[in-house]
Amino acid sequence: MSTLSDPPAESFQLSQLLNDTRYRSYTFQFIALILLILAMAWLGYNLAQNLAAAGLNISYEFLGEPAGYDINQRLIEYDSQSTHWRAAIVGVLNTLLVAVLGCFMATVIGVVVGVLRLSKNWLVSKIMAIYVEIFRNVPVLIWILIIMAVFVAILPQPRDFRGDDPAASMVLDLFAFTGRGFYLPRPYFTVEWASGGTGWLVVLAVLVGSFFGARALAKWATATQEATGQRPTTWYFTLGIWFVPLAFVLLVMGLAWDIPALKGFNFQGGIFMRNSLIALTFALAIYTAAFIAENVRAGILAISKGQTEAAASLGLRPNRIMNLVILPQALRVIIPPLISQYLNLTKNSSLAIAVGYMDLTGTLGGITLNQTGRAIEAVLLLMLFYLTISLSISFIMNIYNNSVKLKER
Amino acid sequence: MADKSIAFVRTEMLPQQAPPASQSGVIKWVRENLFPDVLNSILTLVALYFIYKIVAGAWPWLSNGIWTTSSLAECREILDGATGGCFSVLTERWNQLLFGFTYPTEEYWRPTLAFVLLFVAAAPLLFAMYVPRQVLYFTALYPFLAYWLIWGGTILIPIVAIAGFVVGYLAFTRVERQSFAMGLLAAVVAAALTWWIGGFVSGALSGFVALPEVPSRDIGGFMLNFILGVVCVSLSLPLGIVLALGRQSDMPIIRIICVVFIEFIRGVPLITLLFVANVVLAYFLPPGTNFDLILRVIIMITLFSAAYIAEVIRGGLAALPRGQYEAADSLGLDYAQSMRLIIMPQALKISIPGIVNVAVGLFKDTTLVSVISMFDLVGMIRGPILASTEWNGVYWELWGFAILMFFPICYGISQYSQWLERQLATDHR
Repeated sequence: MSTLSDPPAESFQLSQLLNDTRYRSYTFQFIALILLILAMAWLGYNLAQNLAAAGLNISYEFLGEPAGYDINQRLIEYDSQSTHWRAAIVGVLNTLLVAVLGCFMATVIGVVVGVLRLSKNWLVSKIMAIYVEIFRNVPVLIWILIIMAVFVAILPQPRDFRGDDPAASMVLDLFAFTGRGFYLPRPYFTVEWASGGTGWLVVLAVLVGSFFGARALAKWATATQEATGQRPTTWYFTLGIWFVPLAFVLLVMGLAWDIPALKGFNFQGGIFMRNSLIALTFALAIYTAAFIAENVRAGILAISKGQTEAAASLGLRPNRIMNLVILPQALRVIIPPLISQYLNLTKNSSLAIAVGYMDLTGTLGGITLNQTGRAIEAVLLLMLFYLTISLSISFIMNIYNNSVKLKER
Repeated sequence: MADKSIAFVRTEMLPQQAPPASQSGVIKWVRENLFPDVLNSILTLVALYFIYKIVAGAWPWLSNGIWTTSSLAECREILDGATGGCFSVLTERWNQLLFGFTYPTEEYWRPTLAFVLLFVAAAPLLFAMYVPRQVLYFTALYPFLAYWLIWGGTILIPIVAIAGFVVGYLAFTRVERQSFAMGLLAAVVAAALTWWIGGFVSGALSGFVALPEVPSRDIGGFMLNFILGVVCVSLSLPLGIVLALGRQSDMPIIRIICVVFIEFIRGVPLITLLFVANVVLAYFLPPGTNFDLILRVIIMITLFSAAYIAEVIRGGLAALPRGQYEAADSLGLDYAQSMRLIIMPQALKISIPGIVNVAVGLFKDTTLVSVISMFDLVGMIRGPILASTEWNGVYWELWGFAILMFFPICYGISQYSQWLERQLATDHR
């Protein structure tokens, strides 16, 4: 039915702003915006007043000044004459170090525990259940402090390695595990041109090359399989692609090991991992592993038995069933919570301050903040760093989720 | 011919034989569950060895434990080199571990009573089907009562606070007919007015039915963890619901505000927010305002967990079929009504496990306040107790106590949520 005349012209009344659903949302948004601006202005005004009263200003100049404190665990050159900015970078690298090591360990432990919890072995599955429940239900800060205390108490001190009949000895004469930290052999290059950072860049380049080589080989194998029905055996080629160039390069550059040795009251040489780093990484890893184990278990249980049976009835062998049918589906369930666990671990690594490990919270948010009194600037930078990490990881996760999403029509 | 046949047909049944020993009872269970094949047998043996090591290590420590000395040195003297725990640190310092080291000793009954009453107050919420609804009135009164018991002061302060809420509610019911938003506004104005007037009254009569006041900085130990956990969870639930609804809203500005807030809070570690509470927040308040650290920490932790709860509830909202929203619209319900009557009850039900996870996580995270030098349970252990000359070095006993405090509560809550989920399961699967 069509109208013959124009609809009556609507007269706009002020009450429509509150009662008409078409306009009401504008009113609300307007009010919300005004309130937000007012709140911001109020906070800003207070801030300006407080800063003026204290004779301060917002400035990041302090980052260029010498820090004046030492950092005992670092990945790059740093001394007490370096700037606060340098100290913050050392902190960032330390945070990332703990995060990467922790995520790796947590994944390994978590997957093993998650699978073992589904084991038919009653005793093993019960032990794993107890592990998961105990670690999930006690604060991570307590675990960090306990493990730190255990490390210091149980492992021998460097002085125990001295004398003719020492109370402790190095493992294989290569590694020294002490209450002060772990001493590990350090690889370095004897050939002159590779002795700086260049050598490691070369190694990295070779590894990247090997990765693409191995991928190309796998592609060729798949193509051959599709053409002839037979998949050529390639594992020794793959192994060769990974290791032959690497071994060659390392040989050319003269790889040597700097082995820690006891000199005086302490070990010298090698890589030193301070006890706080070890304890923090380990505690974060076993705490997060308890959560990852639950995710893994849920992921495996989410795949219905029918999938296995259907694959078996197609004549696939058990390992092919796992690789081609179960894992791709289980991973879709496991990966998103796994990544949010990684994020949690990274954020929890800020608890390093409790054991005196100098991550970003310890340098920028700890000593720098206390020395310079620049609370607002330091906390803002600190938040910005964690925010960047979180947002970039969730961005990557969204891309991944979209790529593995079930394509439904 | 038949009698010459060698065929033999048994005419009566044989009595039933017991199954072979290997196929029944304990042996069968052990064979199937512990030693089904080589790999599992090895695993079982490793596990048994592991259990043996733990028991062998822990048993003498527990059974030789010393409970009555007054310092670690005395413990070591009595033990004389033997293995044994020095649990006397617990018998001597239990009050500090539970209540903090400056909470007045003669007032311990107050937080204890508040703790016991918490169970009464929580019962109608947690076990709604078994507890009479009238107890809910007590639940509503409980926060004010608990504040009065723990912090002390005149009883007029909680009474004025209650009066504010009552007046606000009355105003709301009067104006609600016109519009939900107007009702809300009226309620806020009325309540604020009541509190403003009541502030003068309670200020003038500060001695009226008063308990001795305990300042916030005297509150510590596990009590602090518990207060922070309970208060922040209760406050963050409504805030989380509002944020979740805001994030799902059709209004772009409100949605953006909520998204930015939620993503910001979820992107930073709690510890940075506690730094904000500790050193930064004061800059953003009017000069001269000085409200205590516990309150600042409560605000920050509440905001923190509200963002997480909002995400959980958003999941619940997204999981509801669209038909529910459309059905509510077609009944002619407005936004507030449809949310309150149709959407939220279902969405919250779906989100229970997630909310409980957040709550447990939050309760565990309350230990982080020890980093900004508040003396909660962890702060007490690390600070005054391990630093004292008597107890320097008693790690296992103290941390064991901390685990013993946190584990049953967190485990209990998660078990409760699973039970509740089964209770609320209305679908037939």
